[in-house]
Amino acid sequence: MTTTADRRSAEIGAPRTRKEDRHLLTGRTRWTANITLPGMLHLAMVRSTVAHARITGIDTSAAKRAPGVAGVFTGTEIADAQGASLPCVWPVTPDQVAPPHPAMAVETVNFLGEIVACVAARSATEARDAAELVDVEYGELPVVTDLAVAAADQEVIHPDLGTNRSAHWVFDSAAAGTGGDVDSAISAARESGVVVERTYRQQRVIPAFMEPRSVAVDPTGEQTTVWSSTQIPHILKLILAMTTGLPESKLRVVAPDVGGGFGGKLEVTPEEMITLVVAGRLGKPCAYAETRSESLMGAHHGRDQIQKLTLAATRDGTVTAFKVELTANMGAYLGLTTPGIPILGAFMYNAIYKFPAYRFTCDNVFTNTVWTDAYRGAGRPEATFAIERMMDELAAELDLEPLALREKNWIRHEEFPFTTVAGMEYDSGNYEAATAKARDLFGYDDLRAEQAKRRADGDPVQLGIGISTYTEMCGLAPSRVLGALSFGSGGWEHASIRMLPTGKVEVVAGVSPHGQGHETSWSQIVADRLGVPFEDVEILHGDTGVSARGLDTYGSRTLVVGGIAVVKAIDKVIEKARPIAAHLLEADPDDLEFANGTFTVKGTGKGKHISELALAVFLAHDLPDGVEASLDAEATFDPANFSFPHGTHLCAVEVDTETGRTTIRRYVAVDDCGVVVNPMLVDGQVHGGLAQGISQALFEEALYDENGTLVTGSFVDYLLPSAADLPSYLTDRTETPATSNPLGVKGVGEAGTIAATPCVVNAIVDAVRHLGVDDVPMPCTPQRVWAAIDQARERSAARPSGGAQ
Amino acid sequence: MIPAAFDYQAPDTVADALAALSSGADEVKVLAGGQSLIPVLRLRMAAPSLIVDLGRIPELSGVSDDGDAIMIGAMTTHDQVTHDPLIAEHAALLARAAETVADPQVRHLGTFGGSLAHADPAGDMPAAALALNAEMMITGSQGERTVAAKDFFVGLFETAVGEDEILTSIRVPKHTGWGSHYEKFNRVAQQWSIVGVAATLRLDGGTIAEAGIALTNMGLTPIRASAVEQALVGRPPNEDAVRQAAEQAAAGTHPPSDANGDADYRRHLAAVLTRRAVLAAAG
Repeated sequence: MTTTADRRSAEIGAPRTRKEDRHLLTGRTRWTANITLPGMLHLAMVRSTVAHARITGIDTSAAKRAPGVAGVFTGTEIADAQGASLPCVWPVTPDQVAPPHPAMAVETVNFLGEIVACVAARSATEARDAAELVDVEYGELPVVTDLAVAAADQEVIHPDLGTNRSAHWVFDSAAAGTGGDVDSAISAARESGVVVERTYRQQRVIPAFMEPRSVAVDPTGEQTTVWSSTQIPHILKLILAMTTGLPESKLRVVAPDVGGGFGGKLEVTPEEMITLVVAGRLGKPCAYAETRSESLMGAHHGRDQIQKLTLAATRDGTVTAFKVELTANMGAYLGLTTPGIPILGAFMYNAIYKFPAYRFTCDNVFTNTVWTDAYRGAGRPEATFAIERMMDELAAELDLEPLALREKNWIRHEEFPFTTVAGMEYDSGNYEAATAKARDLFGYDDLRAEQAKRRADGDPVQLGIGISTYTEMCGLAPSRVLGALSFGSGGWEHASIRMLPTGKVEVVAGVSPHGQGHETSWSQIVADRLGVPFEDVEILHGDTGVSARGLDTYGSRTLVVGGIAVVKAIDKVIEKARPIAAHLLEADPDDLEFANGTFTVKGTGKGKHISELALAVFLAHDLPDGVEASLDAEATFDPANFSFPHGTHLCAVEVDTETGRTTIRRYVAVDDCGVVVNPMLVDGQVHGGLAQGISQALFEEALYDENGTLVTGSFVDYLLPSAADLPSYLTDRTETPATSNPLGVKGVGEAGTIAATPCVVNAIVDAVRHLGVDDVPMPCTPQRVWAAIDQARERSAARPSGGAQ
Repeated sequence: MIPAAFDYQAPDTVADALAALSSGADEVKVLAGGQSLIPVLRLRMAAPSLIVDLGRIPELSGVSDDGDAIMIGAMTTHDQVTHDPLIAEHAALLARAAETVADPQVRHLGTFGGSLAHADPAGDMPAAALALNAEMMITGSQGERTVAAKDFFVGLFETAVGEDEILTSIRVPKHTGWGSHYEKFNRVAQQWSIVGVAATLRLDGGTIAEAGIALTNMGLTPIRASAVEQALVGRPPNEDAVRQAAEQAAAGTHPPSDANGDADYRRHLAAVLTRRAVLAAAG
């Protein structure tokens, strides 16, 4: 582990400002929606106005006659070209059932906002106007939007399936041989220990990326080019080819500047497929850019699970078993990875703890809502919420200090590597160090003292302290593990290095950023490993015509998988350069050492810089026999294990008991993401992640009414916080290098989101627990907090002896 | 943004604007700061055939002294209301309310008159205008008329302004030396009020001599909390007296229920926020 520390240079660990910001901040951007091609047509989608119906007729005649219209298409008309179904690449069980998911609805619509027709016109305005003239007749069917109701199967949404239940997935530690039997441990605890049972709701949220999704397709070249605001250009290319029958070699996909994704652009969308099909049909470039309203109703949502939880422990607080029974809302269809999202959490409910027995079951259920899929953290925030809330509940039940309870159960630093009850091998971690640092920065003891005083004084504003000692699994993913989980892809990543004759370096990356800052952090890695100036490194990405191989960006994988591919490619470049340097220096290759970009003959001052060798290779006038005239190299890296960042977050809230309003007073995040390449980028990821995690706790909720209408269909009702609504965060780090990769790095893109939600809710409950409250459903709106206090007081008043103190 | 097609006029004078309103177009909408109308157009929830933009009529903006009152042009922005010295001196409650509206971008475009004429029950300025007994100066082809704030707000998004009329200015009686506070309750800064309370007080010798209290989003229109006002007059502005008076804040109101709060919660909030608003206004 010390080797990584020794490797640190001026570049690794430097808080460099982002090199991509110059063009992003000055508006010299290349968003998909800004792409203009000769003769380009604009599409507008006609979306269903009902949540569940048979399409009994579509009259497109008026729209076809409207000014500027080049074509109007219904699902029936493009059914063959669009293929039977958009793909779901993650069938979680062999007996999983799912309906076909056509890009454009053909016979039925199953959620409000589903596309039923499409207009292509010479301008976006004409397309939008004509779309209003398309007249769709619906034969309405019963609507089921409630998850629990759907799970009961009284109304079956997709009659061919005979059930709303798509799959039932189980992990059991006794069966897996990773732990004991949950039910017997719970029975034992009922006799002599303690059992805490709770049901939590992970409300439905919306990814709400800043740039709405858009796509442009040019079918006029030999290759059809697709530009899309996507996280996954390579996967999109492959799936468009497989679904439409177009030869993969005839497709090129480009993700130009992409303004945020958060998992919301980890999808092969109906809009992409329809634009491709219509462009092909009309033989002209076509573009589509969604409105924000369309994005909220028609792009996939996240979370939406019911968690039934049972935690068993001895009276001294040693956890003996954890049982998780999950019901997960798929929505109306399965998207690219929909059924696997809750399963991604299955290995994380045991978190940082040494639980001897664990059982996880998940029922995936269809409803008449837009489908759910990846959203920042994807499965792991839900798991972290469940266990961190339950550890607080257990502490309250046993009247133990919640941090001490956690420490009693967590994996100690000297116990790593540690194989968990869920079968994961955690390579490294130091929960003691992160917690000690967070406690100190937070002023934990002083805040506890203030809390006690406010309670004693009966202050209308109560103080609560929330704890989240999280870990997560990221860096998706070892290909063998994905195979074992029936995921339809590998988890490797690819990179290549081009050594240019002028000494500049091009890195071709398989992953592509949508706001993270890869261009900066990877340039730092290349500058460090190859000994070239930061400014001389160019990162090329997001275009399958340039970057042939890649599995794209999600799951905090860029640095820990893609970055390692870069390192491996650099290593190859250095090894290719070595014999050439030896030849030019008239030395034995074994006598050369490479440092700071220069091969030096040991014990002499003689050396050649890598840029000199790049020029020598370009000229090729004097190369050793049998050596190719290129230093370029490529590498594919498949991680042997996931990455397990962790940390301790502490949150202090003030709860106004008169109104129920929560105000975050202090938020401390101490994260351990191993070796840090750029602390400023890490802080940025943590800050943004915290905002999203806090926002799930306090603000965001996608709500459908009983007719299947998205009530929160605009940002007037779907509340997103601005800077004015969030605290100033105090962030710090501990550094326990990963042992699973040569840089010692861990993923950090999702950590803040994963940690923050339970931290805030724990703080709110802690503020009012003495009033008799043990839960507030998310989002913890002022009314819900106030009602929880009010109901607790009523319960307390109803009890003869007074109850809660 | 792709609204349905409409005609657009931007007259230089009120007379030309009135002429446009009477031009016989199917449905005419008046555009002030656009902070409510533009989103409605974008969502195609309205499809007017003509939009008359008041943004180029200089006489509709600004604040002036009018003896025992101040006159505020309808097109004066929220930001101007927040920072205007005459308003600060004579009608500070308006500044306290205007500074809570949405965010700086909205406050630089959104207008006082537009907010009143739109009459969103969750908008902040109507309650402040009501608490100050403002008078609305409405101009039509038949000339100018004056409507008291209490008669101006007729219903949900509905005011006394006729289809061929324009709200041109607002006359606010001077409340010089009065204490003022607008207590807004929402979940995020840019959100409309869940409940808001506008309070302005004149103290005399340690007791409350006069009080103006009005509520935001407790019904279809802003509501005068007359019972609270009466209970406050003659009492010292201390915690107990104010708490007692504020308990009547929600009397007779019919607040809405939505995801931010049901009617009972809003009634509870009205009492708490009224107490806080009055105590803050009393300084």
